[in-house]
Amino acid sequence: MTEPNDCPNATQKPREQHQLSVLAMLFSKQEPSALSLNHYDPGDFFDELFLAKGQPRPEATLLVELINSLPPDNFARRQQLAQNTLFKLGITFNVYSEDSNSEHIFPFDLVPRVVASGEWQRLEKGLKQRIEALNCFIHDIYNEQNILKDKVIPREVVESAPGFLPQCMGLHPPKAVWSHITGTDLVRDREGTWYVLEDNLRCPSGVSYVIENRRVMKSSFPKLFQTLDIEPVDDYASQLLETLLHLAPDAIASPCVVLLSPGIYNSAYFEHSFLAQQMGIDLVEGRDLVVADGYLQMRTTQGLRQVDVIYRRIDDEFLDPDVFKAESLLGVQGLMEVYREGKVAIANAPGTGVADDKMVYAYVPEMIRYYLDEEQIIPNVPTYFCQDEQQQAHVLANLDSLVVKATNACGGYGMLVGPHATEQERADFAERIKADPRGHIAQPTLSLSRVPTLIDDEFCGCHVDLRPFILYGKEIYVNPGGLTRVALRKGSLVVNSSQGGGSKDTWVIKPKAKSQVAFPQEVS
Amino acid sequence: MLSRVADAIYWLNRYVERAENVARFVDVNLNLLLDTPVGTAQQWEPLIVTTGDREEFLERYGEATAENVLHFLTFDRKSSNSILSSVKSARENARSVREIISSEVWEQANSFYLMMEEAAKDEANLDLYSFYPQVKLASHLFSGVMHATMSHSEGWHFGRMGRLLERADKTARILDVKYYILLPSVDYVGSPLDDLLWISLLKSASAYEMYRKSAKRITPSGITNFLLFNRDFPRSIQYCLLGAEDSLHQISGTPLGKWRLNSERTLGRLRASLEYSTLEDIMAEGLHEYLDGFQANLNEVDFCIYKDFVALPLETIA
Repeated sequence: MTEPNDCPNATQKPREQHQLSVLAMLFSKQEPSALSLNHYDPGDFFDELFLAKGQPRPEATLLVELINSLPPDNFARRQQLAQNTLFKLGITFNVYSEDSNSEHIFPFDLVPRVVASGEWQRLEKGLKQRIEALNCFIHDIYNEQNILKDKVIPREVVESAPGFLPQCMGLHPPKAVWSHITGTDLVRDREGTWYVLEDNLRCPSGVSYVIENRRVMKSSFPKLFQTLDIEPVDDYASQLLETLLHLAPDAIASPCVVLLSPGIYNSAYFEHSFLAQQMGIDLVEGRDLVVADGYLQMRTTQGLRQVDVIYRRIDDEFLDPDVFKAESLLGVQGLMEVYREGKVAIANAPGTGVADDKMVYAYVPEMIRYYLDEEQIIPNVPTYFCQDEQQQAHVLANLDSLVVKATNACGGYGMLVGPHATEQERADFAERIKADPRGHIAQPTLSLSRVPTLIDDEFCGCHVDLRPFILYGKEIYVNPGGLTRVALRKGSLVVNSSQGGGSKDTWVIKPKAKSQVAFPQEVS
Repeated sequence: MLSRVADAIYWLNRYVERAENVARFVDVNLNLLLDTPVGTAQQWEPLIVTTGDREEFLERYGEATAENVLHFLTFDRKSSNSILSSVKSARENARSVREIISSEVWEQANSFYLMMEEAAKDEANLDLYSFYPQVKLASHLFSGVMHATMSHSEGWHFGRMGRLLERADKTARILDVKYYILLPSVDYVGSPLDDLLWISLLKSASAYEMYRKSAKRITPSGITNFLLFNRDFPRSIQYCLLGAEDSLHQISGTPLGKWRLNSERTLGRLRASLEYSTLEDIMAEGLHEYLDGFQANLNEVDFCIYKDFVALPLETIA
């Protein structure tokens, strides 16, 4: 697939030329042209806001009208204001380094992505189904291994997955839930079909942006929120707290819940502190914790205090130097022993990475059939195993049309987007695949759906994905919408924040505007 | 409260207070220069003596010119006591506890830092006469916001304690350095310049107006008395110690006048020894000697607070 550069306005103007044009504008006393979506052309893509040029989707009509009705420059100004707000609030992420100058805000685009509520209900059902099956799978793998014994999934696929931790065999997490917090990545192709791209079952991040983006949107466009029936997202923190409290032993009246963070240099530190603040729980680092008297305790100004539930935002292998990486300073020595004895709960449970493996991913439809006796509601993207000789040959022959991914990587690292790669990059990747077939899978390059996005004072279609957040506590809860990530580089399909992506607010929107909802007739 | 968090709030406040004090010294000196007769040697070196950085400064800059000293005290990233470094450290500490402090406190610490970075970008064109007052104001805003938006519970008391101990230390240093420099200049005694210099000392501690109201005439002993013993003026050493001791006991729960922890003992002893001294006692010992000893004792208090609330459990980690 080739991506035509179909947004001529996004080409970078040389700076002087730009200044000249500003001067020319001033002297000719012309009004700057209003930003409008009237001329926006969705092109040969599935557009989340438009059916065709000049024809907004029903759920986006009011939004498009409002944007078109704004006075000249107003939209761009609001956009700038929103960015400033985010920066001033310190809603930033770090690119891994100890240099604080590398703090960035996650670029935010003011044009929201809309999802019609009917569509959303189906997605919600599909996500719940998937999480339930994945949890059954993880529990099974670390205990009876029935799915392997019944040969539904080949044993070597699971046992060769780097995320499979033999140290977790025989674990029984509280309430038999392993992945309490999941951020599943969804995409849509040219036809508008939804696919699950990745299951993030380890420490998915991004939910703080969902909540903060909404806050900024509400202050930028209060009128729209008065008129449209948009599902609120603020509930997340309460739901997360309930999920965590649910894990504490029933006998403990007021359990101590903490969020374990690697510290202020971590790229997602803002989110850690945001969530801890919203839930009113302590944010701790490994050095604040110690195992004493058989329990996990934290060091306070008044001495040690017992911890009952950890929401951990560090990876499995850093949790406990006794069991995993011996040199880790981020975790707590002896934690796994306390966990195994059921004296502390950990969310997500260690070992969930086995289901995050991109080869195991391909077997999720089988899992759903095996554990739930249902058919998958949201399909997987077709996946080629480089481990299989025949499939590897196909992959190597079609590198220019496929996306190749390392099976155990995330964040857009270790990835080749065939159609956008150079000859040299493809040759390098071919070598990598041959050297480590188990470490790579390939998928067709999807032509991701797009949303109009402000780039260089012009609306351009930019590719998006969607990461809804799912909580598994007493019940399964899906936060309405999720994080829409947008590729801000022209034509780019990579939406990760570490790779130049930005984000948008996501509106799950009911068909009727609030003002049009008839009030119930008074009954006399 | 987590020990690490208590420590971070304590230092957050110390660093903000430190930045403010440096800005105050610089600002006063700048204004003083406007009034001193042409030909009088510019006095920049006392500033780096006050912050305790003389050796480091001379090694790296050599001469104490206005430009060197201003850069060193304001924007030098290598100097841990420069305003920029202090504010940056304050903000790092705030960032590590932003879920504990109120959002408003965090935002103020963050804006303070962004303001400093912005100013550092265009150091050459900085309007010095408006910049240093802005720094002071940012610090005042910070402590005001903290006072008004955070529960006055354990974390807040750690913050207040940090701020007051830092301030006591800085007032002692100002008094020490200025007194040391000003007193020998017998040539000036009684001259308008002499008055100006003493007033500048008061202004360094933002104490001029309040001093006038309480003591009227400018005299060396009157000023020393005011900065050491005044119980109402928020930058006098006595006031700072009383407030810090109050916060310490609020945190520990030990009744005032009794002690259980070493921090309570050392701070209580320091406060009482000042409270039950007279200016004559101190002058007999020598003001410089007294202040030197005072600063050493203050460091001991700081160390005891660290051991009583922060370090004790942490030592088991190594």
